[in-house]
Amino acid sequence: MDAVLPILLTIIAAATPLVLAGIGELMVERSGVLNLGVEGMMIMGAVAGFGAAFMTGSPYLGILAAIAAGAAMALLFGFLTLTLATNQTATGLAITLLGLGLSGLIGKPFTGQPITRLPNWHGIDILVIFSFILTGAVAWFLFRSRAGLIVRAVGDNHTSAHTLGYPVIRVRYLAVLFGGGCAGLAGGYLSLSYTPQWIEGMTAGKGWIALALVVFASWRPWRLLAGAYLFGAISILAFTVQTFALGIPSQFLSALPYLVTVVALVIISRNRLMLRANTPACLGRPFVPDR
Amino acid sequence: MALILERRVERARKWMWLSPLLALALTVVAGAIIFALAGVNPLHGLYTYFISPLMDGWDREKLIAKAAPLVLIGVGLAVAYTANVWNIGAEGQFVAGALLAGLVPVFLPAWQGPSVMAAMLLLGVIGGLAWAMVPALLRARFHANEILTSLMLVYVMRLAYDWAVRGPLRDPQAMNFPKTVRFEGWQVLPAWGEIHLGAAFALVAALVLYVVMVKMLKGFELRALGSSPRAARFAGFSEHRAIYFVFAVSGALAGLAGACDVMGVSRQLQAPYEPNYGFVAIIVAFLGRLNPVGVIFAGLLLALSYMGGETAKVTLGISDNIAKVFQGMLLIFILACDTLILYRIRWQGRA
Amino acid sequence: MKKILLSAAVAAMALGAASASAFAADKYKACWVYVGSIGDFGYTYQHDQGRLAVDKALGDKVETAYVENVPESDSATAIERMARDGCKLIFTTSFGFMDATIEVAKKYPDVKFEHATGFKTAENVATYNAKFHEGRYVLGQIAAKMSKTGTAGYIVSFPIPEVVSGINAFMRGAQTVNPDFKVKIIWVNSWFDPTKEADAAKVLFSQGADILVQHTDSAAGMQVAEEQKKLAFGQASDMIKFGPHAQLTAIVDNWGPYYIERINQAMDGTWKTQSSWEGLKEGVVNMAPFTNMPDDVAKMAAETVEGIKAGTVNPFMGKITKQDGTVVGEDGKMLPDGDILGMNWYVKGVDDKLPQ
Repeated sequence: MDAVLPILLTIIAAATPLVLAGIGELMVERSGVLNLGVEGMMIMGAVAGFGAAFMTGSPYLGILAAIAAGAAMALLFGFLTLTLATNQTATGLAITLLGLGLSGLIGKPFTGQPITRLPNWHGIDILVIFSFILTGAVAWFLFRSRAGLIVRAVGDNHTSAHTLGYPVIRVRYLAVLFGGGCAGLAGGYLSLSYTPQWIEGMTAGKGWIALALVVFASWRPWRLLAGAYLFGAISILAFTVQTFALGIPSQFLSALPYLVTVVALVIISRNRLMLRANTPACLGRPFVPDR
Repeated sequence: MALILERRVERARKWMWLSPLLALALTVVAGAIIFALAGVNPLHGLYTYFISPLMDGWDREKLIAKAAPLVLIGVGLAVAYTANVWNIGAEGQFVAGALLAGLVPVFLPAWQGPSVMAAMLLLGVIGGLAWAMVPALLRARFHANEILTSLMLVYVMRLAYDWAVRGPLRDPQAMNFPKTVRFEGWQVLPAWGEIHLGAAFALVAALVLYVVMVKMLKGFELRALGSSPRAARFAGFSEHRAIYFVFAVSGALAGLAGACDVMGVSRQLQAPYEPNYGFVAIIVAFLGRLNPVGVIFAGLLLALSYMGGETAKVTLGISDNIAKVFQGMLLIFILACDTLILYRIRWQGRA
Repeated sequence: MKKILLSAAVAAMALGAASASAFAADKYKACWVYVGSIGDFGYTYQHDQGRLAVDKALGDKVETAYVENVPESDSATAIERMARDGCKLIFTTSFGFMDATIEVAKKYPDVKFEHATGFKTAENVATYNAKFHEGRYVLGQIAAKMSKTGTAGYIVSFPIPEVVSGINAFMRGAQTVNPDFKVKIIWVNSWFDPTKEADAAKVLFSQGADILVQHTDSAAGMQVAEEQKKLAFGQASDMIKFGPHAQLTAIVDNWGPYYIERINQAMDGTWKTQSSWEGLKEGVVNMAPFTNMPDDVAKMAAETVEGIKAGTVNPFMGKITKQDGTVVGEDGKMLPDGDILGMNWYVKGVDDKLPQ
């Protein structure tokens, strides 16, 4: 038992940023927008969160700054893809590039500086708890509330949603901002809690994993949480197995989380009807109302 | 006040030419501001970034060499995305091609002659194609979303490559460092100055795919499947066949690009190997408006932004981060200005 | 109209270029090619600190430039660009740049090159490296003294000789204090991934290790040790800020003096190709202050450092039993340099398997 609890706590830490960013992206994709800028929004959240906490001494202000920074990047993404109807895939990648560079510039004075970590109990902090609340809230919102129904309607068929009088662009703007805020928060979790320091490029691809997990979850919040925990658990267990020195190549163990995710996706994707019911049909397609 | 878009009846010819110029003007202004903030003479900065890489033969050759893999991968991806198949794992297919091509010099070092070059290139194609078949199969047979599978397989292939180069393929003379023997003779692609044969492959691939997509039934089929899958199915086009086809094409080209990269540039396999061409090519495909000929220009443009960034880093002492910000902005301006080709922008007062 | 504006702009830019490049002409230009980002607070950060030391010491005579995040598979472009841009002495700081450095050096015989951690030299290519394993021997002794569980956790990046010889030196040091000392090893397959390093540290502590050693770049592991009230050693930089109660000491890379010396030699014409491999004695490898340990342990560590400097103590001196039981080396003699620089075997007591 002594060894099990720390491992569980490690898995929680590894899964939390994926849940936070993933849930945000799930909302975005439900509204029909594919945001490949998660990584860029996440790292902006990380640097802004760290910077605010470092300069004010308050990690809570750090959290707010992280959300704001993610949302600011999302606003830019929204302006481009929604108002100007640019290609979402390419715009997302450009946003990621921009975020990686900008965060490095902003973060230069913070390199090598420590901050006080978010108050926590063995690593369980307010953001970990929030990640569960967020998942529940988004699940309720999407499937139990009228507003959520509108989001899904916009994502499934923007033309009919528009005909029915729903403000497609405004709904998408809100979803994108929400997703950006969540991605920023995930970044803030990294720099305020997971590894409380700022290092250039510290997201190290986590945004991409979050993006993949949305697909893995077939756009359903609780399944996304499960996916994030599965991914985190396999990564941590692979490390644990290494300490037993069994002579298994470490590259193989490192590849396991990716392989397991693919296999699990294949297994759950076999029910095609259910899958089609959940995939936002307008995902990635720009919408410009005809007048 | 709100910005609204009005769809044009047809593409605006005028904006086809003006949009890139407007993007350029915006980039120049924004770039000047960035350079000024970084303490660099803005004019000098812009010159270094955009003009100096074109002023010199060596730079121009490097530019084409850098664009070659981007175009080679980008045209394949353009075809896939046209059919609405999201292969975002070209980076893994690229590495797979490099790895397979590298087997020949390692295990058959004495084999020389034109046949070895052909064999290595072929192995590169096979490697990329085979690795692309995995997400294709998983999508066609099990409906597994290819965004996830192709992306995850990038990480898996990188680790597999890492294992191979540190283990069985390692050069025994290399003091146990992770690299293979150096490729020699016919194992190396012929080159004109800095431009290796891969650039010719890129050009041919782009032109062939242009013909396929614009002039042949296959292109119509793929476009139909991409834009209105249901109608295409009624017309008798098979979605499965299309999935396999576009994954095969994009994977094979990415694998070929990988083989060319190790045969023409690094002339060995070494770890870590993360050139990221496969990811950058996604941008290239879309900047080229999913048109194979457009991809050539987009590839050159992105290569220019890389070369310019590198020149600016060396001669102006700006950091990699400024180069990234600048590149991100350049892309954003181009994408935003592209809108003008399809739409008219109007300011609308409160109704 | 637009065209006229455009050509005017181009002309103005060209003018700007001409005026800006005129004044820097007569300074000696030294350049660096980095594999990582200068903000990594690890390996590349320390090389850049060395470059900044050059700026500080020779700023009136020397102009420095660098490129960061250069991919190893296409490093020749970056290196050649530096040679074309007037760099007279170019430092390429990653092993993966070796063949590219040699190749570019052939094309530019008037430019001097220095390649870090490699083994190929030429008339105008020198190599330089640091004996990090000397420091790791000291870490091993401290760890064996300080550990209550008799087990250290070791986070490593990739199995290259520098890392393997580091593990061996650490164990050789630990075994002088506690012959049954154990080490648990996790390969994270990356030089730089803070969250993975934190994960690995947590796993190692959960598996009974109470002291952390790392051969990866970030301070993430140090922070985990601090939080869990365990002990750790810093890597590349002094990480005491991240582990005020956890850091015992750190191996600090200190390239500045070497860079200054070589640039001075290049300027006064005495530069010659060589294979420099310096350590504690020459100050290329430094130990951060010994903290969070009793005085007797600190004293022992300081004595070992002195011994290594004086040449009486060395991790690879005398008979060494390998993991498979075979014995190499002779009493009173050092293992040949080549065996250390190309090391791919473990000493007895390391419980891990190396990829072959």
